[in-house]
Amino acid sequence: MNTELFGILASFIITLLIGIPLGKYLAKMFAGEKVWTDFMKPLESGIYKLSGINPNEPMNWKQFLKAMMTINAFWLVYGFFVLMHQDKLPLNPDGNPGMSADLAFNTILSFVANCNLQHYSGESGATYLIQHFIFMFLHFCSAATGIACAIAVFKAFRDKTTTDLGNFWAYFVKGITRLLLPLAIVIALILTFNGTPASYAGKDKFISLQGDTVNVSRGPAAQMIAIKHLGTNGGGWFGANSAHPLENPNYLTNVVEIVSQMIIPIAMVLAFGYFIRRKKLGWMIFGVMALGTLMLMIPTISSELGGNPAIAKMGIAQTTGAMEGKEVRIGPMATAYWSTLTTVVSTGSVNGMHDSTMPLTGLWQLLAMMINSFFGGCGVGVLNYLIYVIIAVFISGLMVGRTPEFLGHKVEAREVKIAALITLLSPFLILAGTAIASYVFTNFGNADWAVKPSTWLNNPGFHGFSEMLYENTSSNANNGSGFEGLGDGNIFWNVLTGLVIILGRFLPIIGPVAIAGLLAQKKYIPESAGTLKVDTVTFSMMTFAVILVLNALSYFPALALGPIAEYFSMLK
Amino acid sequence: MKKYIIQSIRLTVVLTVLLCVIYPVLITFAGKLSKGQGDGEKIIVNGKVVGYAAIGQKFDKPQYFWGRPSAVGYNAAGSAGSNKGPSNPDYLKDVNSRIDTLLKYHPGLKRADIPADLVTASGSGLDPDISPEAAKIQVKRVAQFRKLDEQKVEALVASQTEKPWLGMFGPSKVNVLKLNVALDALK
Repeated sequence: MNTELFGILASFIITLLIGIPLGKYLAKMFAGEKVWTDFMKPLESGIYKLSGINPNEPMNWKQFLKAMMTINAFWLVYGFFVLMHQDKLPLNPDGNPGMSADLAFNTILSFVANCNLQHYSGESGATYLIQHFIFMFLHFCSAATGIACAIAVFKAFRDKTTTDLGNFWAYFVKGITRLLLPLAIVIALILTFNGTPASYAGKDKFISLQGDTVNVSRGPAAQMIAIKHLGTNGGGWFGANSAHPLENPNYLTNVVEIVSQMIIPIAMVLAFGYFIRRKKLGWMIFGVMALGTLMLMIPTISSELGGNPAIAKMGIAQTTGAMEGKEVRIGPMATAYWSTLTTVVSTGSVNGMHDSTMPLTGLWQLLAMMINSFFGGCGVGVLNYLIYVIIAVFISGLMVGRTPEFLGHKVEAREVKIAALITLLSPFLILAGTAIASYVFTNFGNADWAVKPSTWLNNPGFHGFSEMLYENTSSNANNGSGFEGLGDGNIFWNVLTGLVIILGRFLPIIGPVAIAGLLAQKKYIPESAGTLKVDTVTFSMMTFAVILVLNALSYFPALALGPIAEYFSMLK
Repeated sequence: MKKYIIQSIRLTVVLTVLLCVIYPVLITFAGKLSKGQGDGEKIIVNGKVVGYAAIGQKFDKPQYFWGRPSAVGYNAAGSAGSNKGPSNPDYLKDVNSRIDTLLKYHPGLKRADIPADLVTASGSGLDPDISPEAAKIQVKRVAQFRKLDEQKVEALVASQTEKPWLGMFGPSKVNVLKLNVALDALK
């Protein structure tokens, strides 16, 4: 018990010890100042030269977004066809089949969008070629896309009045060569030397001690697991993700994996402050996010440590906590800790099955993904938070009767409209998606489909509703974890969540970049006594309140029907 | 626009070489130096592979220590948890029947002494470990069935219990396969 507590405290401290200096480094590196990784320059020039890119070419916000959308669209088309024909391509030692069109559609959207919702199972649904050339490739590139877009926003606010947001390709390539790749190499080596397979050997077969014949799936997994965490992707090598004993062999690897998924989101927030030379603002945002994360984490841990009341009634000792869907080497506390962090930062990798967690744990997981801006995914977390800030600036402005301003720029109708639309998008996608699914489930349960809707749910009652709500929430947040009992490997769920994923990814990136681009075009107004100061505790609490109120209003009814109802039904 | 398309394609090709060939192959070669040569660490008894250290296997015969229930029957070609929700009545029935089985095979065992990990399925379905308490309650049965001294088996469990990482972080555990291999070697 105590050793489990020390375990998560150590994880937390290590995260801060790496995340904070990393934030300073990122700010310097992306600003083009001298950093120790400058030895990568020849590699970068090589990449630019071979790709026909001039990294110093300025881009306005429209050009920046065009470049970003073009390469993402290319990955979608190229990946879609490769997934469908994976069986005919090399590196398929286990003879896995090609994907159906709807599954390929869902899977490629999911990986391009940094979501990594997986409607296939790694062992039987994807070849080694796909796992590396599509999935792992996109693990790097989707994270670098998010980071590049965040840096563009940073630059817009630093340069005061400008139309130049910097060069998308340059940010993107540097994000890989100076951040993701070097760290991924370190993490992959740690995993490999702790027992995660890294060779290209296919399935193995042996006779067990008791005499059963057993097949074991393997493959070059360590490489992908490293970047799946670092890039807040979460799409794992094996079906059971980081609960799998080869994907997460011991407590040390568990610490490494949980630390690695937090460091970039934390670093990006602090980098924002350092980059725009308002260190205090970075720390204020960090404070709000850390507070929100702790408010989600503490009740999660306590609800898991309490164990399952229904099993307690049977007279069983749950001394360490609820164990269904968890692994002994990790333990309930580290699993609860992980489940909060993986939902706040949109990684969506799991080291225990969320479907089997306690009802209130499910509530906090859902809420974390609905808010989706307490640290959030690589780059996009800061962008999501910026939307809430714009709303908070607007409301504060109304309250004190002044034109709202943010960092020296007047926030006017156009920017507020964009922010409001992005804020409404999440509830719309999550609730409409869940409503459609519930409608089909209740009214067309026996429809003559390949998978009958009545067989979708693995659990009856309120928990079944939570499964559908979770799937849509996770898709919109580009999280990718799931209440995996849901029978989601069919055309209905593939298409529905595919659409939710792509809208939930790109609109919340385009919105903030556009807002930053528009604001930066305006005249800079120097700070005066009448300026709303955004780096104060008061304004931070205002933003926090905006986040809570918006999300509570949007989602409370749906949450009441799912996890909250299940919680009360178990009390009696 | 056309410029961006061509740049996108060329950049994708270049990065594919860096991220999908150079990087993974580098790790694969480094992995050759690790304990399992990057293939996963095997457990070998009398020159025969009997399993992987990290992969749990099915033990249901009375002469062996049992592992945790598994949603995939310890078939390591795949992996999955049960994904049963905490209030699911069918699931609770399963747990109840697991408790009954344990009580049947361990006369004198009290319900309050059964640790939760022994009646709940793991997340991967391949959990190689059980808690030290889960091993202790099975000592009597295993010893009786093998006609071994109970204290000797108990000492074996103690020696096979893995302490938390660095003695400080995370839970204690017992690897069921390693324990059973050591048990078979016990005279």
